[in-house]
Amino acid sequence: MTVLIAAPKKMIELSVDGQSVRVMDGATILDACRLLGIDTPTLCYGDTLTPVNVCRVCVVELEGARTLVPSCSRKAEAGMVVHTDSERVRTSRRLVLELLGSSVDLSLAPEALAYIERYDAQPGRFGPDAATVAQDVKIDNDLYVRDYSRCILCYKCVSACGEDHQNTFAISVAGRGFGAHISTELDVTLPDSACVYCGNCIAVCPTGALMSKSEYDRRLAGTWDEGAEEVVTTICPYCGVGCNLELHVQDGDIVNVTSPDDHDVTRGNLCIKGRFGFQFVQNRK
Amino acid sequence: MDLRLLETEPSEAERGAIDAVLGAEGVVSDRVARADRTKRHLLLPSLRAAQQRVGYVSEGALGYASRRLLVPPADAYGVASFYALLSLEERPADITHVCTDLSCALKGAHVGPGEHPSPCLGLCERAPASYRTIAGPEPREIQLPVEAPPLPQAGEPSLRLLRRIGAGVDPGSLDAYVAAGGFEALTRARELGAEAVIAEVKESRLLGRGGAAFPTGVKWDAVSKQTATPHYVVCNADESEPGTFKDRVLMEGDPFALVEAIALAGFATGALKGFIYVRAEYPLAHARITNAIEQSRPQLEGFEIELRIGAGAYVCGEETALFQSIEGYRGEPRNKPPFPVEVGLFGKPTAVNNVETLFNVLEVLREGGAAYARTGTEGSTGTRLFCVSGCVERPGLYELPFGATLRELLDLAGSAPPKAVLLGGAAGAFVGPDLFDVKLTHEDTRAAGITLGSGVVIVYDEQADLVAALLRIAAFFRDESCGQCVPCRVGTVRQEEALKRLAAGTPHTDELATLAELAQVMRDASICGLGQTAASAVESAIKNLGVFAA
Repeated sequence: MTVLIAAPKKMIELSVDGQSVRVMDGATILDACRLLGIDTPTLCYGDTLTPVNVCRVCVVELEGARTLVPSCSRKAEAGMVVHTDSERVRTSRRLVLELLGSSVDLSLAPEALAYIERYDAQPGRFGPDAATVAQDVKIDNDLYVRDYSRCILCYKCVSACGEDHQNTFAISVAGRGFGAHISTELDVTLPDSACVYCGNCIAVCPTGALMSKSEYDRRLAGTWDEGAEEVVTTICPYCGVGCNLELHVQDGDIVNVTSPDDHDVTRGNLCIKGRFGFQFVQNRK
Repeated sequence: MDLRLLETEPSEAERGAIDAVLGAEGVVSDRVARADRTKRHLLLPSLRAAQQRVGYVSEGALGYASRRLLVPPADAYGVASFYALLSLEERPADITHVCTDLSCALKGAHVGPGEHPSPCLGLCERAPASYRTIAGPEPREIQLPVEAPPLPQAGEPSLRLLRRIGAGVDPGSLDAYVAAGGFEALTRARELGAEAVIAEVKESRLLGRGGAAFPTGVKWDAVSKQTATPHYVVCNADESEPGTFKDRVLMEGDPFALVEAIALAGFATGALKGFIYVRAEYPLAHARITNAIEQSRPQLEGFEIELRIGAGAYVCGEETALFQSIEGYRGEPRNKPPFPVEVGLFGKPTAVNNVETLFNVLEVLREGGAAYARTGTEGSTGTRLFCVSGCVERPGLYELPFGATLRELLDLAGSAPPKAVLLGGAAGAFVGPDLFDVKLTHEDTRAAGITLGSGVVIVYDEQADLVAALLRIAAFFRDESCGQCVPCRVGTVRQEEALKRLAAGTPHTDELATLAELAQVMRDASICGLGQTAASAVESAIKNLGVFAA
């Protein structure tokens, strides 16, 4: 019998901000930063998703490279000398955040808002007439809404719907340039699309562009109270897979259901029943 | 994969057009025939065929192509909506695209009612130019004006790359090509063997002519040594840099040479298949290359060449975006590394070369690498093609040994002392009279902080409106950004907004400082060369020419 075993991985040593760090061959610069406890901003990066390196807030300076490099996808190499907080890096991160903040509604994007503060970004610097992606909210089903005026085009929902998680391929990036946007085929409504309402796109959305209808309605009615939210962990009652659930409860009502990214069964994913099928719990008649 | 497909059926005409690309549908059922599953790379040719037949990509055609190729409809829509020349809305069969770009604007370009404005069409020497597409059972595409002016240097004995063009060699005839010395380089290469060919190319110190000036021999060597197989060679003929038309002239005037050269590249790098990716707006080049490939089959000894045609996207001239486009995806550049020599087309080792570069390889083989390197300068060997347009008496394609000065080139083209010259295209830089004596070599331009790029020389006389040119360049990059990364997607918009305010005399804050910072961050943090150079021309006009100086 042939036993296939992977070749043992080498350890690689590089320098980040003057500190020496050893990572496994195949690790990224971001992995090295995290190992050293260097807080590196990311928006399009997800622990369970293939890096697409499009948001460019994680860029770092690599000695010998002509441009900055995206730490989320650039593989660490032996002898690399990396700077994560140089003037060049800070300028790029700040301006990228200003470009996003001036064109997208980030009011429900806590990470982005925190980075804007950290880098002292001034999204208003481009004036009141700066073009934005403002548009109407798409409400075409009972389970979730799409508010693309909040979309930073991080591609996470597309990856989650497609190859990385659900393999449903209901959405894609369409158009080009500033007009690039997330869309179903020919912009048909979700009920007319391939969407299976797993809600895995909501789970990865970093800006609130994708939101459960229950949350959207509460926010609209002014009854959304995140501060009072409790998270109750349980196991999905529907099938035998045994997905871990986190019930987000406000004022005695389940408002959202998620699953932890580090749960080895779900990796943050659920199906329509697990994510949206909780009304029976609240049927108090 | 259990796909939900579009239900609308294509018309018989659309089905016929797509079947002509894909072959007839194998299995009549709602299941996709297994053989079609690896044909995603035929998505763009299918969509193009449907549009050429009925004038636009209808829901039925999109649905049929995605069903045949097992591409999710949302994904196919993402691809179709990426390309400027594909329309997802019904429109007339006869469409005229009028170039409003730099060279044509200098010659009074005018977009009439019902006509579509277009970025540079690569017909700058006959500006103002347009491109007409007529859909139907026998689709036609026409470049206007139809008549090309003769090459300014036609017949001069100093010409090397251009020596067969306009010199009585029929571009449609293999016999004429062979009689003019055609296929001698490929024969010589086969005698030498692949390793010796690469050694010759290295010795010639030939640098790529697409804009990045990478040593061709080093690239070929790297591909030839890769253990992953198969290897591919790709000719980047997506020439779309505003002001560039050299590759079109080469392909239209000497198509067999390109076929010979890509076969030679395949021989050297161990590839059995080559792709020539030509922008959509060059129908005459498509026809002549197709003919040349057909006629040359006996000479190719089994090496396969496939012509691929774009659909209106400057970014697809970026090598990894070009791969994405051939593979049937949106033309979004990939992150590098890994570089194409390791992970290229279909994930395989790939040598990508510009048309002019490949033409030079024939010269290297004809003369030998050492002899080739005696022309030009130490750092820039051989001759270089320059696309001269704008305010000159004799616009056109010029071939000069590296080392000639910009002033010599301007004199040759009959230019009154100009106010400025845009060197290298929209991604290049403006230079003023103080730099006209710079030698047109890689090393001299680099030292002067400018670039030869793709050999663009657009001449602006005293009356020309430089601010209008900057606004057009800014609009170009805004339109052509793929939209993938934030610095380029939003940065190109902010750059244009700031320029418009400056032009209108209503600056918001310190716009020049904003532009400088945008330039730095687009250069530093964009994924690909498009974003990295989207501010260079604007930056150079402010710095070298004092445009907007208080």
